Amino acid sequence: MTNEQEFIITLNKVNKWYGQFHVLKDINLNVKVGERIVICGPSGSGKSTMIRCINHLEEHQEGEIVVDGVVLNNDLKNIGQIRKEVGMVFQHFNLFPHLTVLQNCTLAPIWVRKMPQKEAEAIAMKYLERVKIPDQAHKYPGQLSGGQQQRVAIARSLCMNPRVMLFDEPTSALDPEMIKEVLDVMVELAQEGMTMLCVTHEMGFAKKVADRVIFMDAGQIIEQNEPEAFFNNPQSDRTKLFLSQVLGH
Amino acid sequence: MDKFTPIESRPAPLVEVGVIGWMRKNLFSSIPNTLVTLFTAYMLWIVLVPFINWAFITSDWFGDSRQDCTSGGACWVFVTVRWNLFMYGFYPEDSYWRPNLAFILLIAILVWLSVPNLPYKKWVGIAAVTIYPVVAFVLLYGGFGLDIVPTHRWGGLMLTLVLALVGIVVAIPIGILLALGRRSEMPVIKMVCVIFIEFWRGVPLITILFMASVMLPLFFAGGTDADKLMRALIGIVMFQSAYMAEVVRGGLQALSKGQFEGADALGLSYWQKMNLVVLPQALKIMIPGIVNTLISLFKDTSLIVIIGILDILGMVRQALSDPAWLGYPAEGYLFAAFMFWIFCFSMSRYSIYLEDRLNTGHRN
Repeated sequence: MTNEQEFIITLNKVNKWYGQFHVLKDINLNVKVGERIVICGPSGSGKSTMIRCINHLEEHQEGEIVVDGVVLNNDLKNIGQIRKEVGMVFQHFNLFPHLTVLQNCTLAPIWVRKMPQKEAEAIAMKYLERVKIPDQAHKYPGQLSGGQQQRVAIARSLCMNPRVMLFDEPTSALDPEMIKEVLDVMVELAQEGMTMLCVTHEMGFAKKVADRVIFMDAGQIIEQNEPEAFFNNPQSDRTKLFLSQVLGH
Repeated sequence: MDKFTPIESRPAPLVEVGVIGWMRKNLFSSIPNTLVTLFTAYMLWIVLVPFINWAFITSDWFGDSRQDCTSGGACWVFVTVRWNLFMYGFYPEDSYWRPNLAFILLIAILVWLSVPNLPYKKWVGIAAVTIYPVVAFVLLYGGFGLDIVPTHRWGGLMLTLVLALVGIVVAIPIGILLALGRRSEMPVIKMVCVIFIEFWRGVPLITILFMASVMLPLFFAGGTDADKLMRALIGIVMFQSAYMAEVVRGGLQALSKGQFEGADALGLSYWQKMNLVVLPQALKIMIPGIVNTLISLFKDTSLIVIIGILDILGMVRQALSDPAWLGYPAEGYLFAAFMFWIFCFSMSRYSIYLEDRLNTGHRN
């Protein structure tokens, strides 16, 4: 067990198809506790699909995924167990528009963790303060800007006290002026030692906080390395081409 | 460097916003538009004036027989004389307080639920769907010391309301379950729901009522026969739940996939996801569709007359064939239409009020 605990997430020869289309091909990935990983690659390369498999928003057909010692299969109990420990932040926030910001944050702690309401609210306020919007707690998501909504979404995930956070292009739907406020929150989170998997095109963020950068294309992990080596000395032609296109302006 | 100060907003010119502005824009914006406006005003004049004259100014309201109708206009005596019949059917006169009380309780609950800031809304709501139906049933039917009033004596507006309310209250939850079932990933559940919905939706209500009253008893051994009104009600509920299911399914589909994924990612179970995240939003989107179905259900209840149960329209038609009162179809049908209209219009206004109140800015 101790050996497995070293890796909080293990993907072993994971394959996935959409109909006939082979989206993930023999993916192997081990994530250590506290590791911060940035996943990049062209669109359609399978990077979102890969992290969505980790909390079973997508189902993989072959291979094994183990999260925090729990094997991910079709057993609803295991899926529930894993989702409790894995927070996710989406490109389009996916806040619940009929609930206030505070209710968004306390919903899962109250119903999934069976926490008393007062305690859940106290925790929610703590995290809303951390993402710097405690004064918006009683507004509805529709009254906030995109950047604020994404910060609420991060706080909502943190309220479940997850061991891992997955970010699925968290800044891609934001106006340029708002990207920074979300990235700042993510940088802080990374510095506090949260295990993070981020699909993002923000190469500045990758350079600043990542322990490892993974490059994916055509459903495969093509290259992975520490950020410095990855950006300064890419090994594969495909990576070089990609980097020249993202960094070249 | 210059400091940027935005120009302050100024009010719009008066011709754009006032009554005159509105009329200029909507009624008299061009020559054809002006002609249409004048023509419509003229048509309203030649139709409405004689109608108001007939219905209100030269009409008779009080009396005991047709001899009291002397003014030449509408003879509302036809309605006032039979008011109790139209309201309660053949319900025993000394027990009118029972349907009255049931109705007042219902109004009290509805008002309680719709006025903001009243406390205990949750409990009142729960009581409305658990305790109230039992109380209303005992009041209307009898038992616990009250005389039994068999359902064949029920009639008029009271019966219309019973049919519509039971139909509404039972069809909504069944419809929601059917809609969830139809979207389920479990093939058996999905198939059962699809067959149920497509069967009941494909058959006219009139056939269902007819089968419920004529054919069902043939399948039962003599004596075990369920109450006729009960059988009709079951038919109506089945029919309406199939329609409701499709409205609900539309609402579920209108919700973005992200809402389902957001709830999944937080670890909510299927029923938590549906009850806390999906249905509250989907039901809000569906309010116009649901109310549309409810209004059509309310009006469809008058079909029940074909199996010999007399709702308000049935009572009116029966009164029209009374030899002592021949010749007042206009008054009778207008009255029935007006009663239906009042309830349907209230439902429609209530739905708009609900939509406004539940509006929290953006959808997902």
